Amino acid sequence: MQGVPDFQGMPGAPSGGPSAPAVTPRLAAEHGLTPEEYSRILDLLGRTPTYEELGVFSVMWSEHCSYKSSRLLLKSLPTSGPAVLQGPGENAGVIDVGDGIAVALKIESHNHPSFIEPYQGAATGVGGILRDIFAMGARPIASLNSLRFGSADHPRTRYLLKGVVAGIGGYGNCVGVPTVGGDLYFAPGYDGNILVNVFTVGVLPHDRIFRGYAAGPGNPIMYVGAKTGRDGIHGASLLASAEFDATSEQKRPAVQVGDPFTEKLLIEACLELMAGDALAGVQDMGAAGLTSSSVEMAGRAGTGVELDLSAVPLREAGMTPYDVLLSESQERMLFVVKSGREEEVAAHCRRWDLDVAIIGRVTDDATFRARWQGREVVAIPVRGLADPPAYRRPAAEPQRSAADTIVLPALGRAQDHADALERLLASPNLCSREWVWRQFDQLVGSNTVVRPGADAAVIRLKGTRRALALTVDCNSRYCALDPYLGTVIAVAEAARNLVASGARPVAVSDCLNFGNPERPEIMWQFHQAIAGLRDACVALETPVVSGNVSFYNETEGRAIPPTPTIAMVGLLDDVGSHMTPWFRTEGDMVVLLGYTREELDGSEYLAVIHGAVGGTPPWIDLDAERRLHALCLVACREGLLRSAHDIAEGGLAVALAECCIGGPELLGVQLAADGGIAPAAFLFAESQSRMIVSVRRRALSRLKDLAGAESVPLSVLGEVRGQRLVIGDLVDADLARLRTAWQNGLPQRLAVGAGSE
Amino acid sequence: MKWGVVTFPGSNDDADVVYALTTVLGDDARQLWHKDRDLQRVDCVVLPGGFSYGDYLRCGAMAKFSPIMTSVREHAERGGLVLGICNGFQILCEAGLLPGALIRNRSLLFVCETVRTRVETTATPFTSTFGPGEILRLPIKHGEGCYVADAETIRRLEDEQRVVLRYVDAEGRATPDANPNGSLNNIAGIVGPGRNVFGLMPHPEHAVERLLGGDDGLRFFAAASGRHARQRPLSVAPGP
Repeated sequence: MQGVPDFQGMPGAPSGGPSAPAVTPRLAAEHGLTPEEYSRILDLLGRTPTYEELGVFSVMWSEHCSYKSSRLLLKSLPTSGPAVLQGPGENAGVIDVGDGIAVALKIESHNHPSFIEPYQGAATGVGGILRDIFAMGARPIASLNSLRFGSADHPRTRYLLKGVVAGIGGYGNCVGVPTVGGDLYFAPGYDGNILVNVFTVGVLPHDRIFRGYAAGPGNPIMYVGAKTGRDGIHGASLLASAEFDATSEQKRPAVQVGDPFTEKLLIEACLELMAGDALAGVQDMGAAGLTSSSVEMAGRAGTGVELDLSAVPLREAGMTPYDVLLSESQERMLFVVKSGREEEVAAHCRRWDLDVAIIGRVTDDATFRARWQGREVVAIPVRGLADPPAYRRPAAEPQRSAADTIVLPALGRAQDHADALERLLASPNLCSREWVWRQFDQLVGSNTVVRPGADAAVIRLKGTRRALALTVDCNSRYCALDPYLGTVIAVAEAARNLVASGARPVAVSDCLNFGNPERPEIMWQFHQAIAGLRDACVALETPVVSGNVSFYNETEGRAIPPTPTIAMVGLLDDVGSHMTPWFRTEGDMVVLLGYTREELDGSEYLAVIHGAVGGTPPWIDLDAERRLHALCLVACREGLLRSAHDIAEGGLAVALAECCIGGPELLGVQLAADGGIAPAAFLFAESQSRMIVSVRRRALSRLKDLAGAESVPLSVLGEVRGQRLVIGDLVDADLARLRTAWQNGLPQRLAVGAGSE
Repeated sequence: MKWGVVTFPGSNDDADVVYALTTVLGDDARQLWHKDRDLQRVDCVVLPGGFSYGDYLRCGAMAKFSPIMTSVREHAERGGLVLGICNGFQILCEAGLLPGALIRNRSLLFVCETVRTRVETTATPFTSTFGPGEILRLPIKHGEGCYVADAETIRRLEDEQRVVLRYVDAEGRATPDANPNGSLNNIAGIVGPGRNVFGLMPHPEHAVERLLGGDDGLRFFAAASGRHARQRPLSVAPGP
């Protein structure tokens, strides 16, 4: 394997590679750069950039890579805490979970590619987030996904859903990381822009965190993994940083193609190397490929890098230096290797049959240089690239039109609530998601204690008694009605889901999906969401350790509802104390914790049964939420709770039904209704900070004492008994019938087939 | 009892098998590298689940050319024990150590779920401690698990009692509804003529702890090992 020639002190400015077009302001505009940005480049370099340099700026300063519209606002988030070992700024966040173990976590989006090419878009989304995790030295141990599609009746939805689910499964299963949970919503607001957010966690020793640092001038930079081709060029700048329009199909070549087999080999080879000490820094090549990974590594370390693009393993003949710099070919990693250890690293890679090459060197001149066949084509001060423009875009609250205020139908009349319940259970947003998660390997790794279908996934940590609980949540209808409250609720709900599993919430990774930030009303939504995220994370003590912002999710001026997806990790000190939502034994008491208000705005009940969406989201009191969590965790620790289930979309009635029909056996309930509240509200309001728990009769008195101590309202609804769901004289439903409606929801409504013989 | 678990490029459940054999069962198990020829004198070779060689060409088609497979074949011919799980079963069929083939699930979808299987014969080293007709709950997770063979082969398997496991419903009936992938005769696992080579699509290594959903799978390993199946204290049932 030949080394890289030493090219210090090249005389003169770099020139463009063979057959590179002349660089003009118009070409810069075609690259997505504004006239101001182009002018800034001219100032920074003191000359016209080469074609290759223009490409570098266009991706590094794209919204997707530079976060220019969001960076300043993100600084207001709480990012530190006693358990935080690594906050935002690296490939992933890292928290300490005790016993010498740390957990790396990150959520990322791959929205635009998935809309164009659902299988590969979703697959490469999985691949990308996995690389961010093992780049930190962590073995990925579980993934979740948050999916948003257009209306269930939209002609494209079925095709997109099938492709995305197949892509997530196809990649995740092959690479050997279990997919253990997620969430899925259908809403017309996503007709023109679907969302695919993937969340992955990994484990590593707490004192062996690898960072993306180009440290040690003179150290070689080595390339490992798949060969570089032309796929995905400008995926970051043109696909992820721009809206869709009628020509979007033509952007298909910008969707990357994934190879999970190579990724699996890469994971094993990298983790083997990281167990040793030959590596000084590790970075994955994701959006904007070789360019962004080299620049980020140099930027963090305050050094420079020089690359020989001709030394990069190539998949196709005739590639240009521009292609090599911008390619988003998947399954590639960059190592900064300690001088003298190159052969050792190469030997590990060859054992796993991976391509490996020395392609450059760390320097001390704080410049990003690249050469092609002996000629320098890029020479840019790293500081200019790693410190891109940051914008304070204007924000303006949109006018609320009269149409937004909801006129509630006269709900006083007696209604067929059992029928409404059955229709809700069969509806696209509330029905069983088994069709989806049956396509995922949930088991590999032998750590999955609670599989998909519960409130949170529970993953044990081998060698300890501990376990992690994982969830992703966001009700985007609430966020559309009020982005601040909707985001607060998303965080609260994620935490509540973890608490229902018996875990203490620890940290957040956020994926903020919004429309075009150049529109003031979108920017207003973003400001509100950041404020909500900040306030909720402070109140619930869950710092934001990593995350992702995805802008430009809109088509022909119509934006998605603001969708700040919250991924959250919780910790159980004793895996044996984990809880599941489902009732377990006849005779157990069914108890409602929390307070139900007469509020139906934004509910699935109003949307599905009455076709009405509007008003304000349910009331949320973060202090009440916090006290509910404290109560549940103490009660769980004392072994009082037989089951626990968070009440969310669909309200109390849907939550109760899920407790009866979602588990291994059908178990009915005989409950009284609360006569002091309108029946539809009692059954279907989505009031926050509530939990359904079941307890043995003898534990009830202690639970009441604990609830009193935390000032959490408690009402005994009734007991587990029989095979029907009975709530006063409001509902009397056969469980088998409810379960059939619930299980068939997705297969029937989306005609995707039952998925089994 | 010494076990060797082969790691091919793309094997995923190899570490899980080793974990089940060592931490849960308490046996000696080590990983064997696909490029090596030395089986390190193990008594039983396990070909684990996963996507060896990325399922390139056909599932298990490339693995049969690995150097280790020559030694595995010799080991089998000498009467040594071989266990092929999921992708391992596919590899054994491709290598001709078991008859038939595993093709795409009839639904065309990957399926991960816990199924019921009935023990059809206790006359194998892996099922000697089960009761005849005993029903086990085991996880499956595969896209290509539909077992097919020509009519003559199927007849011989049945006549010679070489079908080891069959997919059944809660009442123990081998119905189409109980069949998750379309396998002929609901066949979930078989042994070769010498009864020392056992291939199955379900994953016993993912059913060795009640904490993770059940421990019916542990007994396959325990039976072969001649051990009394026991669980480590860490595996506790959930809840109060």
